[in-house]
This record gives sequence, structure tokens and C-alpha cells, in this order.
Amino acid sequence: MSDRQSSNAYWQANLRIIYICLAIWALVSYGFGIILRPLLSGISVGGTDLGFWFAQQGSILCFIALIFFYTWRMNRLDAEHGVDE
Amino acid sequence: MSQFTLNLLVITASFALYIGIAIYCRAKSTAEFYAANRGVGPVMNGMATAADWMSAASFISMAGLIAFTGYDNSTYLMGWTGGYVLLALLLAPYLRKFGKFTVPEFIGDRFYSPTARIIGVICLLIVSITYVIGQMTGVGVTFSRYLEVSNATGLWIGAGLVFCYAVLGGMKGITYTQVAQYVVLIIAYTIPAVFISLQLTGNFLPPLGLFGTHEGSGVAFLAQLDGLVTDLGFRAYTEHHNSTLDMVLFTMALMIGTAGLPHVIIRFFTVPKVSDARKSAGWALVFIALLYTVAPAVGSMARFNLTATMWPGAEQGETFSQPAVSLADIETSEDLAWMRNWQTTGLLNWEDKNGDGLIQYYNDGAAAQATALAAARTSGDQAAIDTAQAAYDARLAETHAALPGAPAVEQNWAGNELTTVNNDIMVLANPEIANLPGWVIAIVAAGGLAAALSTAAGLLLAISGAVSHDLIKGTLRPNISEKGELMAARVSMAASILVATLLGLNPPGFAAQTVALAFGLAASSIFPVLMMGIFSKRVGKEGAIAGMIAGMLSTILYIFAYKGWFFVAGTNMFPDTPDAWLFGISPASFGTIGAVINFAVAFGVSAVSQRPPAHVQELVESIRVPRGAGGAVAH
Repeated sequence: MSDRQSSNAYWQANLRIIYICLAIWALVSYGFGIILRPLLSGISVGGTDLGFWFAQQGSILCFIALIFFYTWRMNRLDAEHGVDE
Repeated sequence: MSQFTLNLLVITASFALYIGIAIYCRAKSTAEFYAANRGVGPVMNGMATAADWMSAASFISMAGLIAFTGYDNSTYLMGWTGGYVLLALLLAPYLRKFGKFTVPEFIGDRFYSPTARIIGVICLLIVSITYVIGQMTGVGVTFSRYLEVSNATGLWIGAGLVFCYAVLGGMKGITYTQVAQYVVLIIAYTIPAVFISLQLTGNFLPPLGLFGTHEGSGVAFLAQLDGLVTDLGFRAYTEHHNSTLDMVLFTMALMIGTAGLPHVIIRFFTVPKVSDARKSAGWALVFIALLYTVAPAVGSMARFNLTATMWPGAEQGETFSQPAVSLADIETSEDLAWMRNWQTTGLLNWEDKNGDGLIQYYNDGAAAQATALAAARTSGDQAAIDTAQAAYDARLAETHAALPGAPAVEQNWAGNELTTVNNDIMVLANPEIANLPGWVIAIVAAGGLAAALSTAAGLLLAISGAVSHDLIKGTLRPNISEKGELMAARVSMAASILVATLLGLNPPGFAAQTVALAFGLAASSIFPVLMMGIFSKRVGKEGAIAGMIAGMLSTILYIFAYKGWFFVAGTNMFPDTPDAWLFGISPASFGTIGAVINFAVAFGVSAVSQRPPAHVQELVESIRVPRGAGGAVAH
């Protein structure tokens, strides 16, 4: 039974990390890149604005950072809950 | 040595390399054929995934689409990279833990139903074949240009080559072949970009050059490009023009489609550990990003160079300070030989409409009127011709009056004289437009083919796996011998190449657009069912089956209604224009709506049907924790 509880806690913690990562994922692409672009139009970057930069480069860099963050965080979580390989 | 010989030499050398690797690593057992014994580490696997993933759409087509649309087509950049976040967080580690070979196998086991597995196979086949059509389009463009043959001949040559090494190699051959292909394609993509970025902005890093300063005028490059294209009546490059809703839905369809593509998911079955599956997705994205951060620079700089070729004054930042390029130059100048070469493929063309000996390239805004005029001329009715001619002239006069600072009226322009520019030629023509040395042009040709062929091979592997392993061995004839299974795999590969090539002769769009449709289909069918299989214990077989059918059917019907039944031109029920789309949602974006329908139907049906049995609930529990992921078991 304690096994079941531990794996439940592990799963809840995993879901929490996923939610946070996906919130950032949506913010940098759909947010800064598309919907919120007008709000960022005041910040100019090389002949255009920050929203354009996020749409064409920034979001991609954030995606990479997110995956490696998730990998690192999950490896720690796996070890904490004793479910690592 | 002539450019033609050089191209041929470099292309042949690259092929000799791939086929050599494929033969060296020839698959000996079924396990090796599908999953390379799980001996592939995360970095190598990431690189092979990147090659698998970056197809003709990414390499040949995407920068061209960005070039002619600008900001609005950022959707491709975000969509085709953001999907990896979903893969790493939501799918890859769990499917690796599950530890089988194919996507339909997971669907069949998790939803305890051979019917679900067969529907999974059908979805996979529809998605993959649509995707292969896009690759064939790209292969056709490349071969027709570099072998100087017709588009159709180019396609058949490409089909033959794909067949050879996909059928001989299997996964292990393909993994190492694809590592080699990644290296070739990334070098081919970045070298010309570095040269061009240096020429235009003085910065040797294209992603920085994009936001740098234009050498000729000292103004920010993107501002300069905006000014240049608006001078000629085009929409500003960096501005947002299309519907925001459609942009969001399209990006989403590409992202969840990425995460639902069977030939990409299959890659994560081949890593040794669950944690490696996460890391692999990260590495794949790093290698993909190398190309994807360069692509917007390639697109904008290709647009600039093309326009500056047509308007030499643009080099110094004053569009109309010099007259347009002359017809005599285009027909004789050594620097413009590329225009004549592309003209023979039919993908680039021009016409001196006003007979002034110059080729004026601008946005005449009269495409619809020109089509109507041509139709009237074929009908032969003089009154109709006169009406159409008057409408055409009136539209031109309107455009000319609105052109800022253009000498359109006094020079008596008579419509855009660069009559055909196919988006798909931009990346391939880019080094020629910028007058780069011959060997750079040859490498780009080899890179384009590497991109198209590596993806086609990966897709064919997913297709053959689904047919031989899931359909024949898993359901129809469980007693088939290992040899018979391999045979079935190879026959199904050959059949899919044939179908894709035939459909590729009349593709439903540019390479990247066709591929985008495949993503919509994957988004609406495969992604939701995998998600529910992992994150819900409540959704059972009835829900999954109903969901997949509803999602796939709604999306495919929406696409066929606008693109024609089975993409056959002229059989569409509605015109494929933004006005005719439901709520302005394009067929390529509909995958997101299809996914929502899939989820809704699946949860709805599950609410009124039985809970999944206990052993399935335990299966879900077990794939959620990494511990205990052994090697794959075949059955």
C-alpha cells in the first residue's frame, strides 16, 4: 500500500512540474510570439519588436531550455522517490 | 568542371556514403529491423531523430514560405519545434517504459482491443502516406533542377533511391545513415546562410545577422527589407496580417501533430532507458534548432536577394534609384544563369508585358482579375474579354496609384512581370542568387536530398512496421514466420512508395504545406489517444475507438472538402480561400479542432461505458514510473 501511495505522490509531483513547464511553453510561443505581440511592440529588437524575435527565435531557445530542465528535474524526482532505473 | 557535373558528383558521393552505411549495417533479425537493439545513445539518437524529422518541408520548403509571407509563417518555426516539448514531457518516457515496438501496439494493449489497434494502424498509414507525398514533392523539385529533367522523372528517380536503402537497411542501417544525413544536411543549410549573412549584414552568424544591420544602407536589416517590399506593393515582412485565431490553431496543430507522428515516436523506443527518452527529445531539438534558428534568416535574406536582383537599386537601400533588371541581362548575363536554369523546370518564369525591355517585379494585386481575363480569352466571347480586360486595367491603375514612390505610371507598368516564383525553389536557388561558388550549390543539392530521403525512409519504416507487425502478425496471421514478416514489411514499403509517388505527381501544395496536412491528421488522431492512454485510467476501448474515428474523420473530411478528394485537383467542394473556411480556420489548422473533437468524444463515450479492466489500470500505473524498464519484448 505504501508503494501505491509513494507512486501516487511521485505522479502528482510529476504532473505539477509538467503544468509549470507547459505554462512557460505556451507563454513564449502563443503568448509572446502571437497573442501578446502587440503588448511587446514597444520593445524594439534589430529593426522589429520583441514579439517577432520570440516568434522566430526566442521560443525555440526556450523550448530547448524547458526540455533539459524537465529532464534534470525528473531525474532528481525519480531518485527521491526511488523509482529511478 | 561544369556546375552540372559538380552537382552530380557531390550528390553521388553522398548517396554512396548512405548506401554504404546501410549495407554495412544490414538488419539481420526483426528486432534489429524495427528498433536497432536499443543500443543507440541519446545524442546519436537525437541526431538521427533530427534527420528523420527535418524533411524536404524543413530544408527546401519552409524558408521559402517564410520568405514570401514573413512573420505570419513563424507558425512553422514554433510549431515544428514546440512539439518536442510535448514529446519529452507527455509521451516519450511513458511509451519507452511501455517497451514495445510500434504505436498501434501501445494503442491495442492499453485499450485492450485489436479493433483499436487496427484503427491505430489505419490512422498511422493515412498520416505517414500524406507525409511521404510532401517529401516526394521536394525530391521532385530537387532532382528536376539538378539532373535537368522534368519534375515527374525526378520524382521516379527519387522513389527508386528511397526504395533501395529503406528496404535494404531497416532501422539500424537507417539510424547511422541518418546521422550521416544530418551532418550533410546541416552543413548544406548553414554554409550558404553564413556566406549570405556575411554579405548582407557583416555578421557570420545568420540568427544574429537577421536582427543585425544591412551593410549596403546602414539601416537595420529587417527594417530595410520591410521598406523594400512595401515599396513594391507587398505586405510588410515583419507585420502580422492573417487571422490570429488561425495562427494559434495552426501552430497548435503542428505542435501536437509533431508529438503524434509515429515515425518520430518510434525513435524513442530505441533508447536504453526512460530517462534517455527525455534526454533524447532534448538533443533532437538542439540539432533541429541549429537549422530552425537559421531558417528565418535564410528566408528573409533570400527574399531580400531575390528582390534586389530584380531591382538592383535595393542593394544600396533605394529601390527605385536604378531601373528594374533588363530582359537582356536575364537572358545573357552569367550572374543570372540561375534564372534561366530554373525557368526550364517551370518553377520560375517572367514575361515582358509592357515591352520596355525591363522586368518589373512587384505586387500588382490583380491576380484574380488576370485569372478571369485568361478564362474569358479561352471562352472566346469578345464582350466577356472586353469586360475582363477593363476590370484588369482598372485594378492595375488602382494598385499603381497606391504604390508609394514607384514610377509605375510614367514607366507604363503592365502588371507583375516575374510571373512565376515557386516558394519551394528559394532555398535551393539561394546560393545561386547570392553568386556563391559552385561547390556550395552542389552541397545544397545534396543536403536537400538528404533531408527528403531520410524522412521518407523513416516514414516507410513506420509504415512497414504497422502493416507487417501490427496488421499481419498482430491480427490477421499471428503464425507468420519471421522471414515472412520481414517480407511483408518490404512489400508494404514498396507499395507506399508507389502510392506516394503517384500522388506526389499532383501534390496538394508546396512541400511544407502538404506536410502540414499530415501533421493535422496526426494531431487529430494519434496524439489524443496516446495522451488519454497515459494520463487517464478512465478512458476505455469504446471511448478510444470512437475518439480516433471522430477526430480523424472530421479532419480528413474538412481537408478534402477544401483540397479535393484524395487531393485530386478540381474535386473540392469549396474554394480553398480564407473567406470560404469555417470561421476562417484553414484546412491545415483544423487538426487542432479534430483533436478537441477526439478528446470530447472519447471522454463522453467513456463516461457511459465500462471502466477499463484491472490489468489495464495496472499497465497505466506501471508506465508512469521509470523503474523496471527492461529491453523490449516483441510479444
